[in-house]
Amino acid sequence: MDNRITSYCRITNDAVVVNGEKHTIPRTDSPWLSDIYHAENLSYPKFFKMDNLAKAGFLGAELTLKDLNIDKTEPKQNIAVICCNRSSSLDDDTAYQHTIQSADNYFPSPAVFVYTLANIVTGEISIRNKIMGESAFYVLEHFNPQKFCSFVRGAFSDKTIDACLCGWVEYFNGNCDVLFAYVTRNELKNLDLHIENLYK
Amino acid sequence: MIYQISHNIISPLGFSSEDNFRAVKNGETMLELQNTAFSLPEPFFGALIDDDLLDTEFARINTKKFRYTKFEKAAILSVSKALQQTDIQPNSSRVQFILSTTKGNVHLLENADGFDSERVYLWKSAQLIANFFGNTNEPIVVSNACISGVSAQITAKRMLESNECDYAIVVGADMLSKFVVSGFQSFKALSKELCKPYDKNRVGLNLGEAAATIIYGKTDKPLPDNSIVLVSGAMANDANHISGPSRTGAGLYLAIQKAIDGFATPDEIAFVNAHGTATAYNDDMESLALTSANLHERPINSHKAYFGHTLGAAGVLESIISSLAITDGTALKTNNLHERGTVAPLNTLTENQSCSEQKFLKVLSGFGGSNAALLFKKFTQHNG
Repeated sequence: MDNRITSYCRITNDAVVVNGEKHTIPRTDSPWLSDIYHAENLSYPKFFKMDNLAKAGFLGAELTLKDLNIDKTEPKQNIAVICCNRSSSLDDDTAYQHTIQSADNYFPSPAVFVYTLANIVTGEISIRNKIMGESAFYVLEHFNPQKFCSFVRGAFSDKTIDACLCGWVEYFNGNCDVLFAYVTRNELKNLDLHIENLYK
Repeated sequence: MIYQISHNIISPLGFSSEDNFRAVKNGETMLELQNTAFSLPEPFFGALIDDDLLDTEFARINTKKFRYTKFEKAAILSVSKALQQTDIQPNSSRVQFILSTTKGNVHLLENADGFDSERVYLWKSAQLIANFFGNTNEPIVVSNACISGVSAQITAKRMLESNECDYAIVVGADMLSKFVVSGFQSFKALSKELCKPYDKNRVGLNLGEAAATIIYGKTDKPLPDNSIVLVSGAMANDANHISGPSRTGAGLYLAIQKAIDGFATPDEIAFVNAHGTATAYNDDMESLALTSANLHERPINSHKAYFGHTLGAAGVLESIISSLAITDGTALKTNNLHERGTVAPLNTLTENQSCSEQKFLKVLSGFGGSNAALLFKKFTQHNG
């Protein structure tokens, strides 16, 4: 198959694979996503304010873009950010619900509430990389390469878009399942098959 | 051409698009102080769909005797009423359901109310809605904060154009709950009285419940006069802040430019139906973006002081009201706007006025830095 996707990242509960290469992540007492952040020598303090879904998406995007020469400071209108998952923001929804569950312990926090919108992860990635193309978040029952690729192809129907940073970014109850890929307009051929293979 | 085959609005103002439009044209609103809803420590100003009315109407179509949540009932009833005006077979493999929502059944986190734990997933609600009509295609959920309803229409247009379906049923819905209202309260984003979009004295938004449906199809043939065509749509991100609007309106300006470039000049646009949440920052941001796009002298309105911010329903509901307005030849006023007061002056309407242009623009912006714009056209034999 031609036009293989060259920049991608897979994060599961126990492994990080970038462009086909498995990365060693030393485990500490910190959460898994924080261990990845440190092992990959990332430097973006806002990471620690994010909810788990945004952290997972941030890491997926960072590692996918790592070897690409993309200027993170220059505004870019020609890249789209498309994410989808199964559990939307239920991980943070559950955390927020705890803050309002009982009348005697009622402390709704805007910092927690803001992440109860699933698409905040696309916003975090757009801010980090100064991406001003379209951003969108979709929810499906399970990872579905055909639907995933339909969203990505859809983003390219905007003629100003040259590339799409796209991801399945699932995080709920400690379960992490992330696939990110950087897809250019030239890589749309057989995209479903490529994406399905990368997810396996 | 991608065009609207039919539509419906379920809101506190009525259970049909036409009833809702009539109420809006008459300047009516059901927004009021809610003192007891959801056992919140402080009241809020909002509009709720009456549970009894909804249950009565829903019982007429729910032959399955399966138990649904309020959110699902409103969405199903809206789709059902939209379908009644068509001969579409909703169980066809060529029909795609697209659900636009931010929070779905999130209230079940507080009290599961006998529903199983899967019921809080957005895809589950989408499945139940599609399955009600015998449709077994995998439904799509668009959850893009405040712009969801516009994003969902863009998704529908793309899927129709790429021949993934023959009909797209776009249903936007969100209900209010302790979860949603307390969150907006914690943001200090809510007004304690009727919101004042684009007004000098605006202090925040109102929340409202709604479900709204547009059924889209495609055709190469001329349409009946007054059919509404979805000409183009685009999205852009501010890349600026996750919860605050851009200070410059750059993202919204970009979305508007992409939506109108090559399709419309400012003087062809009858009106812009904008977001107009009545928060200080949003309305100022919009005034800058609309000025950059040279649309500040076109009639501009917000529907928020009629319905409140209906979240995932807003983009669908406001597109329908605006479609009926252009068919009616009316540029609607912004309710409760008394003294214009945005950082860049806008031609925001304080009275309904007649319009003869055939295109209108719908724009939304929201959390996550997202912005979206849709360009619609009223079809006539002369402009087709």
